[in-house]
Amino acid sequence: MSVSALDLAQGAGRAPVGGPAGGATPGERGFAGAMKGAAIAVALVLVGVLIFLAVRGGPAFFAGAADLPAHAGNFLSLAAPLAFGSLWVAVIALAVASLPSIGVALAATIYAPSARFGRLLGAVLDLLAAVPSVVFGLWGLMVLAPAMVPLYDWAHQHLGWLPFFAGQPSVTGRTVLTAGLVVAVMILPIMAAMCRESFALTPPALMEAAYALGATRWEMVRTAVLPVARSGIVAGGMLGLGRALGETMAVAMVLSATPGLISVNVISAENPSTIAAFIASTFPESTGSKVSALIALGLVLFAISLVVSILGRRFAKTGVAK
Amino acid sequence: MTATVPNSMTNSKAVAAATATGTAQDAARLAAPTPGVGSPGAHAAVGSMSIDNVSCFYGSHLAVADVSLEIPGRAVTAFIGPSGCGKSTLLRAINRMHEVIPGAKAVGSIKLDGVDLYTKGIDPVSVRSKVGMVFQKPNPFPAMSIKDNVLAGLIIRGARPRGSAADELVERCLTRAHLWDEVKDRLKKSGDSLSGGQQQRLCIARAIAVQPDVVLMDEPCSALDPISTLAIEELMRDLARDYTVVVVTHNMAQANRISDVTAFFSLASAGQPGRLVEAGLTTDIFSAPKVTATRDYIDGRFG
Repeated sequence: MSVSALDLAQGAGRAPVGGPAGGATPGERGFAGAMKGAAIAVALVLVGVLIFLAVRGGPAFFAGAADLPAHAGNFLSLAAPLAFGSLWVAVIALAVASLPSIGVALAATIYAPSARFGRLLGAVLDLLAAVPSVVFGLWGLMVLAPAMVPLYDWAHQHLGWLPFFAGQPSVTGRTVLTAGLVVAVMILPIMAAMCRESFALTPPALMEAAYALGATRWEMVRTAVLPVARSGIVAGGMLGLGRALGETMAVAMVLSATPGLISVNVISAENPSTIAAFIASTFPESTGSKVSALIALGLVLFAISLVVSILGRRFAKTGVAK
Repeated sequence: MTATVPNSMTNSKAVAAATATGTAQDAARLAAPTPGVGSPGAHAAVGSMSIDNVSCFYGSHLAVADVSLEIPGRAVTAFIGPSGCGKSTLLRAINRMHEVIPGAKAVGSIKLDGVDLYTKGIDPVSVRSKVGMVFQKPNPFPAMSIKDNVLAGLIIRGARPRGSAADELVERCLTRAHLWDEVKDRLKKSGDSLSGGQQQRLCIARAIAVQPDVVLMDEPCSALDPISTLAIEELMRDLARDYTVVVVTHNMAQANRISDVTAFFSLASAGQPGRLVEAGLTTDIFSAPKVTATRDYIDGRFG
């Protein structure tokens, strides 16, 4: 982000290629200056946030039990379970949302019976993206969680030999899996939108090539659409994962969390919390050094998101065959 | 009038066509098996096609009106005519690619060796594996290697051949497409790495790998330089030994050089449907067209 912003600033400073001889007009110089200013401002905000996180959160990395929330002995034992919880919920959400988002995107592009149907489906998805996080939280808490309880009982009885479904299932349904499902619904629109865009960009020549070889529609999708759209699909997944990692409200409302716990059980009453949800629920009753511990947790989440986004870019690049 | 076959005609040109405006003799000449055409010992089905009263629509817009035409098997048939006259549309109707465009449909009958491809119960997908197609712009699959591009028709159907069977098929098709020597050392490379002319020959190899009876070509040389064009033209003549080739071209000289039969399409004015004006042996069409419009178009005195 900051790199590309600086690139832009340098680019704007160069003389315009093919422009009138004898230098830029005042209007051009003004516009270039405004662009440069905006680019530098974005970079400064990012640096400012980083400095704030490091200065205010820094001391917490070496803090003892007295200065940390949730009875943690040191910062690592506070941060590790929360980081695990964040990744665990995000991965569940990504796993659940992947196929449906590709399916919905295909339905809105290749399989749409008419262009109008495609646009309608796109509009519905955009509306889904516009639903506030807190509304999803309420829905997850009051509708989805109770509805999932019988399913969790069934999973425990029949699939209890898997570590994910071992132990007594939650009676409220406010589990990691429920939280993951709610987040999945929340990240589905952005993932579907990315897939839809890359599917719509499939060169018609490739689709015709597949059809002309005797491909059915699904065979055409597999041969011509998906390979070309691969980087778009991965990029959508990474955007979704990023959003899932940062999701605060819905998770804080749905999840019945036990900070400090690391468990892969997805249906238990005892669940690991996530960094974002923990910060949101602990902040109101925190003061002094405990606040700086929460800020340090924010820095950890920032680092995780950064790594995810870098990995995503790398995946998206290698996805294009050359 | 009576069509006569010039004495100078070679075996490869000894193919007759009945025409929309043609005579009974033309039809008789076509129906009779022509010695010297097709590979020796070929099965009875030679990939001859018969187009009857075909009209093509885009929505409610009539693009091609009421075309009837015989396409001889194991020969090159050229569709010529001004832009917008519906020759590409008709070509796409032959392998039912026309209907892939939303709202597009074709009516009438197109028979391949006597089987109507437009009968109820005929799957367009199976039609396209019998009647292959090469497009104006080369379109190899960019995410596939050269080898996989040749095998694409089989890979698509989940019937990817393995080991030596795959190698043999790839070598045979690329050799047939006059491309083997140029790519045999880089079969694993992406099809995108080839030149335009090579890509087009790769697409031809891909089309014949699924063993079609007919290969349709929609202006296959219009995006290529003259040398690549010459290579494709030679290839088309060569392909006609084993396949029925139908080619749409804007290049009169090309149609004259490579085709056995020529069909001239035209339209009364912009927005009017395209119609078949005249079809017959290429030698006849280019030396003695029956219709003035054909002569004017061929001589470049158009409009």
